[in-house]
Amino acid sequence: MTLPLRAPHDIAAPGIGGVGESTLRPDGTLKVKGEFAYASDLWAEGMLWGATLRSPHPRARIVSIDTAPALAHPGVRAVLTHEDVPGRKHYGLDLTWDQPVLAIGEVRHQGEAIALVAADHPETARRALDKIAIEWEILEPLTDARRAAFDPSYPQVQDRPNPARHQPVRVGDVEAVRAGAEVVVTGTYEVGIQDQAFLGPESGLAVPAEDGGIELYVATQWMHNDLKQIGPCLGLPEERIRMTLSGVGGAFGGREDLSMQIHAAMLALHTGAPVKMMYNRHESFFGHVHRHPAQMRYEYGASRDGKILYADVEIVLDGGAYTSATLNVVGNAASLGVGPYEIPNVKIDAYGVYTNNPPCGAMRGFGAVQACFAYESMMDKLGDACGIDPVTIRRTNAASQGSALATGQIIHAPLPMKDMLAQARDLPMPAPLDSSDIRNLPGGASQTTHGEGVRRGVGYGVGLKNICFSEGYDDYSTARVRLEVIGGVATALVHTAAAEVGQGLVTIEAQIARTELGIENVVIHPADNQVGSAGSSSASRQSYMTGGSVQAACWAVRDRLFTLVDGLYDDLSLAGGKIISASRGVIASIEDVLGDRVIEETREYHHHPTTGMDPVTGQGDTHTQVALCVHRAVVDVDVELGLVKVVELAAVQDVGKILNRLSLEGQIHGGTAQGLGLAVMEEIVVSDGKVRNPSFTDYLIPTILDMPPMRLEILENADPRAPYGLRGAGEPPTLSSTPAIVAAIRDATGLALHRVPVRPEHITG
Amino acid sequence: MRVSFTVNGRDESVDDVWAGESLLYVLRERVGLPGSKNACEQGECGSCTVYLDGTPVCSCLVAAGQAEGRQVRTVEGLADGDRLDPVQEAFVECGAVQCGFCTPGLIVQAHDLIERVPDPSDAEIREALAGNLCRCTGYEKILDAVRLAASRKAVTP
Repeated sequence: MTLPLRAPHDIAAPGIGGVGESTLRPDGTLKVKGEFAYASDLWAEGMLWGATLRSPHPRARIVSIDTAPALAHPGVRAVLTHEDVPGRKHYGLDLTWDQPVLAIGEVRHQGEAIALVAADHPETARRALDKIAIEWEILEPLTDARRAAFDPSYPQVQDRPNPARHQPVRVGDVEAVRAGAEVVVTGTYEVGIQDQAFLGPESGLAVPAEDGGIELYVATQWMHNDLKQIGPCLGLPEERIRMTLSGVGGAFGGREDLSMQIHAAMLALHTGAPVKMMYNRHESFFGHVHRHPAQMRYEYGASRDGKILYADVEIVLDGGAYTSATLNVVGNAASLGVGPYEIPNVKIDAYGVYTNNPPCGAMRGFGAVQACFAYESMMDKLGDACGIDPVTIRRTNAASQGSALATGQIIHAPLPMKDMLAQARDLPMPAPLDSSDIRNLPGGASQTTHGEGVRRGVGYGVGLKNICFSEGYDDYSTARVRLEVIGGVATALVHTAAAEVGQGLVTIEAQIARTELGIENVVIHPADNQVGSAGSSSASRQSYMTGGSVQAACWAVRDRLFTLVDGLYDDLSLAGGKIISASRGVIASIEDVLGDRVIEETREYHHHPTTGMDPVTGQGDTHTQVALCVHRAVVDVDVELGLVKVVELAAVQDVGKILNRLSLEGQIHGGTAQGLGLAVMEEIVVSDGKVRNPSFTDYLIPTILDMPPMRLEILENADPRAPYGLRGAGEPPTLSSTPAIVAAIRDATGLALHRVPVRPEHITG
Repeated sequence: MRVSFTVNGRDESVDDVWAGESLLYVLRERVGLPGSKNACEQGECGSCTVYLDGTPVCSCLVAAGQAEGRQVRTVEGLADGDRLDPVQEAFVECGAVQCGFCTPGLIVQAHDLIERVPDPSDAEIREALAGNLCRCTGYEKILDAVRLAASRKAVTP
C-alpha cells in the first residue's frame, strides 16, 4: 500500500541534551514551518470525505430512518447506520461497551451519532446528511443528577442502573465526634461542565488494506485501548488494524474516548476508498466527552484552633448517558475528596450518574479538580470561622510524608506542603494597580472603569493529584530501542506507542536515550501499534511510565553492548559516545564496538502495584503516586460590573526531578491557564439537555489578555519509586489555580461564591 | 469556478472550486499547503491566519473567490529555505510550541506585529495576539518568543 500524503514519519532528534537539560522539541521546527502532519492534514489519492449525522434531541426514539434520498444525492458513495456496523454494536472506554457505534432505535444525548455519509466533497457529505429523513418520538430528557443519584423512582437512562458508581470512604466515626466540634462550617459547591477545547479538531484517515483490514491514521491518547474497541466493532482481528498516530493538536483527556475511528473505518471498508473525517468546532463540542459537572456538599467540624476533627462530604458527578471514564472519575473524587489534609474522621460519598446531559469523561485533573474546588473553599471558610489566615489554616492541617490519605494510604514520598505554602506566601507580590494604563484594569480596553470600584484580592489553592492509573490498574508501558551505526555515528531509534499530544514526550524520550546510551543521535519512530501498549497519555503518567520503559529498554541495549567488549569488566558505563571503565578509563568508541551489528531490545515498565478501593470503606493503597501544587492568585475585581482581571498567578510545585525545565514550565503554565478558565469563564451551558454554546464565540477559553504573568517555583524532592525520582506534573496546577483565583475574588469582594465559573452576575448579585 | 492567486510567490490556478469554499480550504485541500490550521473555522481562534496582500486575515473567513488575483503568504512562506524566520526560531527556542496547532497563526500574527512595531511592549504584544487562541501554553512562553524575536530583528534588519 502506498502511504497517504502527510503521514507521520521518523523525527530526527540530533544534537545534545540529556535528562535535566532544556532540550528543544524535535518536532518544533516542523511545527513552526507549518509542515508537521496533523491528523486533519492527511490526504490520500481518491479519498472520500466522511460526515456524521447527529441527534438534535437529548432523548428521543427513532421511529424510522430513510437513507435513500441521501444515497441518491450526486457525489454520495455510502450512507451507513447501525445496521452496517460489521461487528459488536457498542464500544466504550475502559471496555464498558455501553455506547452505540451508531444509535440503535433511540438517542440518549444531543449530538449522538446516528448515521454516516461518505462523499467526494465535504460539503456534499454535509448536504446529504440533511437528506436523511428521521421520524422522531421526542421524550422528556432526564437531566437531574441528584434525582438520578438518590431517587430510585427516577427513570433509567440506559440499560445500566443509577448510580453508575457509588464510592464511600469511611475513616473513624464522624457521627461520634460531630457533637464535640467547637466550630462547624458547611458549604454547597458546584462545578460547571468544562470542555477540553483542544485546538486540533477530531480528524483522521482510514485506508482499506489489501488483506481486508484497515490502516488508521488518527489523533488519539491511547492507540491500544482504541484498538480493543475498534477490532470487535469492525469484526476484525487486531492484527488487521494498523494504527499510526498522526499529529495531535492537544488532547487534555478529550481524546481518550473514540470519536471518528470506527466511523471512518466503516466508510472506508464499505466504499473500498480512503476516507477522511474532520470535525468542525461545532461538531467537536459534541464529538468528545467533557469534564463532569459536580454538585458537592461539605461539612467540616474543627477545634477552635483550626484543627479539623471530621469531614462529611457528598459529591455527585453527572456522567451523561454513557459510562466513559465515570467509574474512575468517581474513584478519584472519593479518594481525593478532602485533598492533602490530615483528618481523623472522614465520611465521603461520591456518586457518578447517568443522565441525558452531555456525556462526560476524562479531562485534565479527572475528578480531583471538582473536589479540589470544594475542599479548598472549605479550608478558607474554616479559616474565616476560626479567625485564622488561609496559609496557616492549611499548614495546621497539612499532610506530609508518612501521613495517611482518606483511603488510609500512607504517602510514601516527600510532600513538603507546609514549606510550599510558606514559599508561595513569601514570594514577592505584584506591583499595586497602575490605573494610568487602562489595559491593566478589569475590562481593559473596553474602558469600563478608570479604577473606581476596583478591589484587589489574594487567595491560595492547594491541589493533590494522583499520577498514573489507580485502583489496581497495571497501566504498563512498552518501549523498543534499536542501536546501530548510521553514517558512522551510533544512533538510537526509539519506538513506542505513546501519544505525543503536545506535552513534549518525544523530547523526553530522546533525552533519556541520550543519557542512558551516552550518544547524541536519536530518532523517534512514529507511534503505532507495531509495538506494545504504552498506556494512555493521561493521568500525568507518560514521563513516569514511558520514561521508565525507554530507560529500561536502553539499559537492556547497553547491557548487550557491554557483552561485545573484549576483556572482563564490571564497571562499564556509556558517555560521550564512548564505553568507559571506571577503573581503566575509555575502552573504545560505541561505533567501534558495535560495528555493523544492530542491537534491539523491547522492555515493559510496570509501576508499583496498587489496590482497589474497599467498596464499603474506600480503604486501600489505590494510588501509584501523588503530586502537589500550591497556587497564590492575585486579582483585581470591578465590584460594580463583576469583571475580574487576574493580576498574577504564582505556583510552587514539587516535581521530584526536572527532566526538562523548559517543557515542564510549559506544562505548569498551561495547566494553570485551564484552571483559570474554569475559575472565571469556561462552561458548557446546558438547558433541558441541550448545549447552548457549542462554539469558540460562546464557549470562552483564556486569551493572552486573560492570562497574567506566572511566577513558578519548582522543587525536586525525589520519589524513590519513580524513574529519576520524577513526579507527574501536567495536572496538579489545573487543580490548584481554580480555587486560588476564586479565593482571591472572595477576598476582594467579601462574597461567598460557591460555583465555578464565577460569572459577573455572581459578583454584582 | 477557477481561482487564480499568488501564494508564497508562486502563481496558483485552481479549478472546480465550489463557491462556498474558504481560502483556508483551498490552501489546505487544493494547493497542498496545510500549514494554516482549521481549529474553529469561524474567525475566533486565529489558527488560520495568513497575509492577504500584506494584511493578516483569518483565511477561514475569506471566500476563495475573494483571493482572485491577490497575494497570499502563509506560514510555509516565512522561512528562507532551511533558514527559519526569527519569529519561527524564537518560538522553538523559547518553548512557545507544544501541540503546535495554534502556532502557524500566532507566528504570522507575531511576524506582522514585529514588522509594524519593531520593539513592542508586553501590552502591545498581548493586544496584537488577542485574537489567537492557544490551549497548551498559557501564553507565557509565547510572550518570551515574541520578545526574543523582536530583539533579534532589531539587531539584524
